[in-house]
Amino acid sequence: MKVPFEKLDKAFENRLRLQIMSVLVVNDRYDFNSLKELLDTTDGNLASHLKGLEKEEYIVVHKAFLGRKPNTTYESTEKGKKAFKQHLDALEQLIKQQKNK
Amino acid sequence: MKENEIQDELSTIRNLMERSSKFISLSGLSGILAGIYALIGAAIAYHFIYSKISEIPPDFDHDLTKAFFYDGDIHTATLFLLSLALVLLLASIGTGIYLTARKARQKGQPIWGNTSRALLFHLATPLVTGGLLILVFISRGYYGVIAPLCLIFYGLSLFSASSFTFTLVKYLGLCEIVLGLINACFPTYGLLFWAIGFGVLHIVYGTIMHFKYDR
Repeated sequence: MKVPFEKLDKAFENRLRLQIMSVLVVNDRYDFNSLKELLDTTDGNLASHLKGLEKEEYIVVHKAFLGRKPNTTYESTEKGKKAFKQHLDALEQLIKQQKNK
Repeated sequence: MKENEIQDELSTIRNLMERSSKFISLSGLSGILAGIYALIGAAIAYHFIYSKISEIPPDFDHDLTKAFFYDGDIHTATLFLLSLALVLLLASIGTGIYLTARKARQKGQPIWGNTSRALLFHLATPLVTGGLLILVFISRGYYGVIAPLCLIFYGLSLFSASSFTFTLVKYLGLCEIVLGLINACFPTYGLLFWAIGFGVLHIVYGTIMHFKYDR
């Protein structure tokens, strides 16, 4: 059997992106600061990977204001959820194969 | 990617999904303590009511306006029982917040985040509704509905909040609702049902939580 490496999503190659996605698939919306706190990362790093996911159309961005403070929230799209699930399935398959070797 | 790398990746994902969507820092010990407070409170209320009780009339069960046939001044009694309930509520909430905050610190989960806010909001809506409704009934003298309504609305609160925390909370909520409905058929035994629902069930729930998650 062929190793399904090509089934792994390139967009999730980065660890942080996969982590962002795993938070967004189980929550309706999640805001930037909570995400930063939860994933224990820097503003710049998180922002660039969020942008990457947005480009893939895996997430959508909602910009709003809480009083005068900007409050940006993120939501995963159907496409993103599907890609996430496929990626997990591929990971699972990889493990199974390595065990059979 | 190596196998253990993938395993590691998967367990991080699982952990994040749980930590971001569920409040997993609820303390089992606080459940046990709340149950004990409730039992002590029920014992005090029992002594207070039944030390001044006269014979129970046979058709008593069907009269929702009187849960207990009380010989003393009904307003003093209501005031006393309400303050007792308030003290119990504050003690339970205080213990709960303290122990939960301690556990959240240990687990590195923020006590005041998206999840705990959602949990509290879903808990408070049915609870405040029930509380106000009960106060309305008390002011109109329907004492028999107090215990069943306490149990039912508390059960509904737990049920609605349970999607943000352990599944066990959902079952606790369902048990409280069932108990409240049974109690509604037998209003005479309000205090007994109240003690089972808020005392015994909390202790059982707290013990399971404690052994499953606290350690």
